[in-house]
Amino acid sequence: MTTLTPESQLLEVSLGPQHPSTHGVFRMQTVLDGERIVKLKPVMGYLHRNHEQIGEGMTYIASFPFTDRLDYFCAMTNNLGLAIAIEQLAGIEVAERGEYIRVIMSELTRLVNHTAVTGFLLNDMGAFGTPLLYAFREREKILDLFEMASGSRMMCNYIRPGGVREDLPEGFLERAREVVGNYPRFLDEFEALLTENEIVRQRTERVGILPKELAISASITGPMLRASGVDYDIRKVDGYSIYPRFTFKVPLGTVGDVYDRYYVRILEMRESVKILHQAMKEIPKGPAISPKGATLVKAPRTFRPPKGDAYGRIEAPKGELGFYLVSDGSNQPYRYHVRAPSFINLTILEDMCLGHKVADTIIILGSVDIVLGEVDR
Amino acid sequence: MVPPLEQLKGELERALPGLTLGLEGAHLLVQPNDLVRLCQWLKSSDYHLDYVANLTAVDYPPDRMDMIYHLHSMAKKHGPVTIRVTLPRATPVIPSLVPVYRGAEFQEREVYDLYGVTFEHHPDLRRILMWEGFKGHPMRKDYVPENQDALE
Repeated sequence: MTTLTPESQLLEVSLGPQHPSTHGVFRMQTVLDGERIVKLKPVMGYLHRNHEQIGEGMTYIASFPFTDRLDYFCAMTNNLGLAIAIEQLAGIEVAERGEYIRVIMSELTRLVNHTAVTGFLLNDMGAFGTPLLYAFREREKILDLFEMASGSRMMCNYIRPGGVREDLPEGFLERAREVVGNYPRFLDEFEALLTENEIVRQRTERVGILPKELAISASITGPMLRASGVDYDIRKVDGYSIYPRFTFKVPLGTVGDVYDRYYVRILEMRESVKILHQAMKEIPKGPAISPKGATLVKAPRTFRPPKGDAYGRIEAPKGELGFYLVSDGSNQPYRYHVRAPSFINLTILEDMCLGHKVADTIIILGSVDIVLGEVDR
Repeated sequence: MVPPLEQLKGELERALPGLTLGLEGAHLLVQPNDLVRLCQWLKSSDYHLDYVANLTAVDYPPDRMDMIYHLHSMAKKHGPVTIRVTLPRATPVIPSLVPVYRGAEFQEREVYDLYGVTFEHHPDLRRILMWEGFKGHPMRKDYVPENQDALE
C-alpha cells in the first residue's frame, strides 16, 4: 500500500468483507484522498474451499452437485459447462430433446441472473428494497419451474453428460410458456422505472468506464465485455449445443460504463425470451438423455474416459465459464480446473474505480456482477 | 481460422528464429524462455490471438509441472491454440504473461498460490485465495492437509 505519513491527506479504508454491498465476503482495500479512490486492491478467498481439489478426489459425475455451489444463482449453466467438458473428453453424443431442455434451462438461468443482478445494482445505488423485490418476485416464478424439473430451486444438479437427469415433468412447458410470455411485460415495467430514470442515469452514466482494448486484453467476458462494444458471445462464436438453430441478436454497448452494463443485461433478457419461445416451440419428443450418457449416470464409478485433456466452455450469464479436465484413464479426473468468469472479471476493478468516489465503487462492483462462491471456489 | 498446428509451428519457426517447438496431440510445446516472445507474435500477427481464455497448471510428481494456456481471438473469433510449457517441479519459474495479456494477472496469482509456480516480472505476485503466511501449495499432488482434529 501507499505509505501513509501524518502530513499526507490519504486515508486507508477497508471496504468489507462484512458489508452487504460486497455481495458476500469480499474486501476492497482502498486508499482515499478525501472521497476519491487513489488505490484499490481486491482481497478475496474468504469462501475458498478448494473446489478443484475436491473435484480431483471424486468421480466425474460426483462433481455435479458441487458445481451448483460455484455460482449459486446459475446452477444450471454450471452443470452444463462441466457436462460439455466431459462430453468432449469422452466423446459422448447428446440426445436431441436433452439439447432443447438444456437451452431452455440455460436461458431461464440467464433471466434469473440478470434480473437478480439488476435488482442488486439498484440496491447498491441506494434504492433500498423495492427494485430488488420486483426482481425477486419474477425470479421466484422461474425458480418454481426449476423446482418442478429438478426438485430443487437453486441447487438444481440437473444436467448430465449426454442430456439431462430426468425428462421434463407433465405441465412444465405450459407453465414455462406462461412465465416466459409474461416476462416482457415485467421487463417493460422494470424499464419504465429505471431506464430513463434521472437518478439512475446520473449515478451510472460515465461511471466506471472500461475501454474496449483493456477489456479484451484483461480477458473480460460476458455482458461486461459486450457493454464495452466487443461483439463476442460464445453462443455465437462456438455455436455449442444447438444455439446456431435459433435466431437472436447480441446486444452491444457503446461507452462501457455502468449504465451500458445495466442496459446490455436488459436487452440480453429480451433476446433470451426470444430463444426460449423458439426452443419451446420446436422441442421434439424422445429420450432426454443419450444411451451412453444414461449408462454413465447409472454407473459413474465405471466411467473411465480415455487419456487426454479437454477444455469445455460456455457462455454463462456472467461470462465464459470453462472447465479444464485432464484424464489419466482412471475414474477420477487427474486435473479439474474451473475458469470462473467473475473471478477474472475482477482483474480490472482497480482501473475502473480510480478517481471515482467511494459511492461509485460500490455500484461499479455491483455492475461487474460477482458471486463469491465462484470467485473464491 | 487458426491453421493446423503443424502449419502454425512452421510459420512460427520461420518468423521467430531460435525457437524450439514441439507438438503433442493438440498441444504446442514451448520452452519457458520463448513464451512471451511467442505470445507477442501470436497477438500481433494476422491470427490476432488477443485473448487468454484460460491459464492453469498441472502437477506431475515427481519431477514435472506443466503450464497450460488456451489462447483465443476476440477480433477474428477463432481459437483455441493450446500452449503447454513443461517446467521442473522443484524450481518452477516462468516469465509472466501480464505484459502481453492483462487477463493473466489474477490467473497467474492463483497458480502461484495453489501450485507454487513463480512468475517473473509479474507486477503483484502475492497469494490470492489462501491467506498471507500460509505454508505450502494445496493443489500439488503431494500436499498433505494439516490434521484439524489433532489436539495441540
